[in-house]
Amino acid sequence: MPVSFSQAADKYDVIVIGSGLGGLTSANRLVYCGYSVLLLEYHSQLGGLATWFKRKGHIFDVSLHGFPYGMVKTCKKYWNKEIMNSIVQLKDIIFDNPQFHLKTTFDRVDFTDKLNKQFKISQSTIDAFFTRVAGMNFYDDQSMTTRELFEDFFPGRSDVHRLLMEPISYANGSTLDDPAITYGIVFSNFMNKGVFTFEGGTDKLIGMMTTELENNGVTICTNAKVDRIVVDKGVVRGIECQGRMIEAGAVVSNSGITNTIHNLTDQDAFSSEFMEKSNKIRVNNSSCQVYMGVKKEDKIDDIGDLLFTSTTPEFDSTELRDFKTGSKTFSVYYPKTRPGHDRYTIVASMNSNYSDWDNFTEEEYKKEKEALIQRTLVDLNRYFPNAQERMDWIEAATPRTFNRYTLHTRGTSFGTKFEGLDISRSIFKEVNGLFHVGSVGIIMSGWLGAINYGVIVSNDVDAYMRSRD
Amino acid sequence: MTRDAIKDLILEIIEDIDEDADFDTLQADKPLRDQLDLDSMDFLDIVMELRKRHKLQIPEEDYPELATLDSCVNYLEPLLADA
Repeated sequence: MPVSFSQAADKYDVIVIGSGLGGLTSANRLVYCGYSVLLLEYHSQLGGLATWFKRKGHIFDVSLHGFPYGMVKTCKKYWNKEIMNSIVQLKDIIFDNPQFHLKTTFDRVDFTDKLNKQFKISQSTIDAFFTRVAGMNFYDDQSMTTRELFEDFFPGRSDVHRLLMEPISYANGSTLDDPAITYGIVFSNFMNKGVFTFEGGTDKLIGMMTTELENNGVTICTNAKVDRIVVDKGVVRGIECQGRMIEAGAVVSNSGITNTIHNLTDQDAFSSEFMEKSNKIRVNNSSCQVYMGVKKEDKIDDIGDLLFTSTTPEFDSTELRDFKTGSKTFSVYYPKTRPGHDRYTIVASMNSNYSDWDNFTEEEYKKEKEALIQRTLVDLNRYFPNAQERMDWIEAATPRTFNRYTLHTRGTSFGTKFEGLDISRSIFKEVNGLFHVGSVGIIMSGWLGAINYGVIVSNDVDAYMRSRD
Repeated sequence: MTRDAIKDLILEIIEDIDEDADFDTLQADKPLRDQLDLDSMDFLDIVMELRKRHKLQIPEEDYPELATLDSCVNYLEPLLADA
């Protein structure tokens, strides 16, 4: 179990601020490299956005939804086999919108089949598309947008664009106007070998990771909000928390990159060139969610695991974030999600702009949350009739909720746009010993992206620490 | 470290990454990535392991030198001369 901050020692080799999947993974890699590691989390629960909460016998997963196959190898290598063995496939992914209806296993074979038979795209075009995106690297030219990429291969086919883009927009907040390479890298990972989930739920995963970290000797403190990263003469010296300074050779911030630069570190620590570049970082959009728990005596028949639904005639990245968007995903959690737990829950997710929710009075906010719930129920009724009366718990989260729990700038649930990656990876060259890990650049986003980025940054930290010896 | 010892070291590290890796048909002059289904994260693991075991600092721009077993040995031989 995490300990109280008063039990932390005065000095560690490395301090990790924040316990999102990137922070947790960095802590685990660095303790594996032989360093003493202190992990500090401001919230009472570990996991960052990989989180859950309990209401009236239900357990709601906030961001479990589904992740790519790559998680299997990543969990085995950077966590343990027990964690890897809990990863299971979600086989029924549904698309339902005015342009098409289909059910897919979300892998290359099935997508190829659907594109060929249902969308009448030639085999050679499909193969060429898959080959093209699979060959994309993050250091490639970024002038081409995803919209241009789609137009190249599937000109005028807004239905195909929708099939290819909608899931990715929900996965990382990217749009048709983001660099095509960010799309290609994520698509190749995601819509290639199926969608997977963690059997036992987010709580089990974070619990297993916590145990692994403790077994490996990481000191973990919750309810410990870091006030300041201490920098002296261009070098990190440690952190300040609850009026105490703790020394460290390196600090890894798993706070948002914009929070790390603007809220945690002295502005004097950065050069004006660096500040100018970092001021241009655009954070991604936030989310709205509606969490619904089905009454104990009721159940959900098999309606699919993950439903991409929309009533909007054509896919439109702006519409997807609209206050009253007609597009949402439904993540359906059957008892199989948590063996031994017999309840059914549905989590509806929408992309959303922080600015749309920021200025309400408390009264307006309450009213708009209720309206959001009602709009969601209307949409859900198409798949789960009389939804409202069959639930015994319904609750909504908005960009303000995301901001409150993660402290992320503008409640971003998908980190930053592409330019955030370069700043995140080079911050230690600006302030020696200061590193950042977290969702940046679209490609380092989602559960798999966050964990892998934790490993990449740990490599930088290890190289830095050893270069000081 | 001899060339053979370096080769063994690399294979040992890869085996830790993927216990199912099949070295029987491995061609030393062909990319490891294609033959063993390694991805960029696996190469990062190799770099970290070399640093851990032999205090080797391999800069990011040199990662392409690790593409084949032969190129690994050529690149690492002078660096591990005293190991």
